[in-house]
Amino acid sequence: MIGIEHYIVVSSILFVLGVLGIFLNRKNIIVILMAIELILLAVNINLVAFSAFLGDLTGQVFAMFVLTVAAAEAAIGLAILVIYFRARGTIAVDDVNQMKG
Amino acid sequence: MDYAASFALIAPELVLTIAGLGLLLICAWGGDKSAKLVSILACVALGGAFALVAPVVCSGASGPDTLAFGGLFAADAFAGFAKLLIFAASGAALVVAPRYFEKVATMRPEFAVLVVFAALGMSIMVSATNLITLYMGLELNSLAAYVLAAFLRNDERSGEAGLKYFVLGALASGILLYGMSLIYGFTGTVSFDGIHAALSSGLSTGALFGLIFVLAGLAFKISAVPFHMWTPDVYEGAPTPVTAFFASAPKVAAIALTARVAVEAFGSQVDAWRQVLIFAALASIVVGALGAIGQSNIKRLLAYSSINNVGFILIGLAAASVAGVSAMLVYLSIYVAMTIGSFVAVLMLRSEDGSYLDSIDDLAGLSTTRPVLAWCLMALMFSLAGIPPLFGFWGKFVVFQAAVEADLIWLAALGIAASVIGAFYYLKIVKVMFFDAPAGRATGNADTAHWALLAIATIFISPLGYAINGWLGWLADMAASGLFPAV
Repeated sequence: MIGIEHYIVVSSILFVLGVLGIFLNRKNIIVILMAIELILLAVNINLVAFSAFLGDLTGQVFAMFVLTVAAAEAAIGLAILVIYFRARGTIAVDDVNQMKG
Repeated sequence: MDYAASFALIAPELVLTIAGLGLLLICAWGGDKSAKLVSILACVALGGAFALVAPVVCSGASGPDTLAFGGLFAADAFAGFAKLLIFAASGAALVVAPRYFEKVATMRPEFAVLVVFAALGMSIMVSATNLITLYMGLELNSLAAYVLAAFLRNDERSGEAGLKYFVLGALASGILLYGMSLIYGFTGTVSFDGIHAALSSGLSTGALFGLIFVLAGLAFKISAVPFHMWTPDVYEGAPTPVTAFFASAPKVAAIALTARVAVEAFGSQVDAWRQVLIFAALASIVVGALGAIGQSNIKRLLAYSSINNVGFILIGLAAASVAGVSAMLVYLSIYVAMTIGSFVAVLMLRSEDGSYLDSIDDLAGLSTTRPVLAWCLMALMFSLAGIPPLFGFWGKFVVFQAAVEADLIWLAALGIAASVIGAFYYLKIVKVMFFDAPAGRATGNADTAHWALLAIATIFISPLGYAINGWLGWLADMAASGLFPAV
């Protein structure tokens, strides 16, 4: 029988993968954008699972809002990535180092 | 409550929404030529929203009458106080921006639209009494802010600032959301009142995790240590008017939001969040003070200064009392004036050919080449350091007083000791301006609007500021007491 615990475990694994994807990734910024989506999807699994478990619709409404915002966020992230690429000619994470200190 | 009453309560937000959408149409229609018109109209819209909020603050409204849409949104005096600061700071950013962008590129009309939408997002944030409202306001503000940071799209540093801000901001939103989903799961509700009631019987492990995640996400937004690492890079890379905006308005919004979440949602578990805030406050003060010492770029230095100041503001919140929140609001008002003033002063540092300077070496001997500017900047630096005759001292004083009253004497003592370290780098700037041989680089003329804003900020933080002290304290007390349930 699959219970609420299983959902929480899956979502926390996805969340940790997303966070590690941001910090350990040394290759390219597109991977970071995917990691951010992974975090938001982990949140959605949590929200929907809790919503079903509690018998309360609020969580599913919240998940809809999160999906919408995630789409807007991806659009803006890609737009910023494009102007960055135009100015620098690279999207490797190691090259994002104009400012330090 | 019917919809008409709810709409009346969100009148300032409606003004900003309609203005933002209308201005977007004007931008699409008029192109870059409409930049001036759009900036002026955006200032008018912010002024209108300001005028609509002011009566709410003066009447000290709180309680069920201020709740709109079945408790999703609270237009109370606390939110109003923060909104006044947010609208004023956004307006200041709009006033200083055109001259800057005309010099380095073209002034694009989208700038004003983005600032209006960011202000709208912030005003929803500070009024949120529900996790969903909170998230929507926060994202509206953040999405506009990411674009603003990357606004100079041909400039490498601006693009990099936008990218860093986006990645870390999105991570912060993700952490915050994960915390919210846990809070929802373990309390069964997303309304602050409901969470307050559910947590009053005890804090389960899941809810504690949620609380910590939510606080971590908010700490990112207010750039409190240990989540401050994006601040110096973003502040340095973003165009200076945008940096002035980032350092003032979103910080007010995020701190007011943190206060509301801490007091209204987690108010029944004060001990759980107080230790987190105390750690973040002390760490911010120390890191902000030590990190600034080796900096050679003045925008970076001001970024560390803002981290340092957030620490003092969090001490007020950590007191978890009406006096503490009131002190926090007073400090925020003074902080906004000091920050806007300092960044406007940085904007006024221009070389002979009109290009902008942001290195501390360029300040050398400013007292002989630009005496008025040097004296204003000196007053602002002494005020940021909290040296007594200036108004910045009063902010620190009320915050420490609140901490002492809440039996956190050791916290106040540590804070005072750490503020001495902070004074070092503010004094260094004054020393460079007054005692170093003139570098003769910052000789260009400044704009009247910049002078006017600098004058307002300097008068506010000068000893003359104490004239409005009683009034400011009265408004802040009223706003803060509405946040706490009547006892």
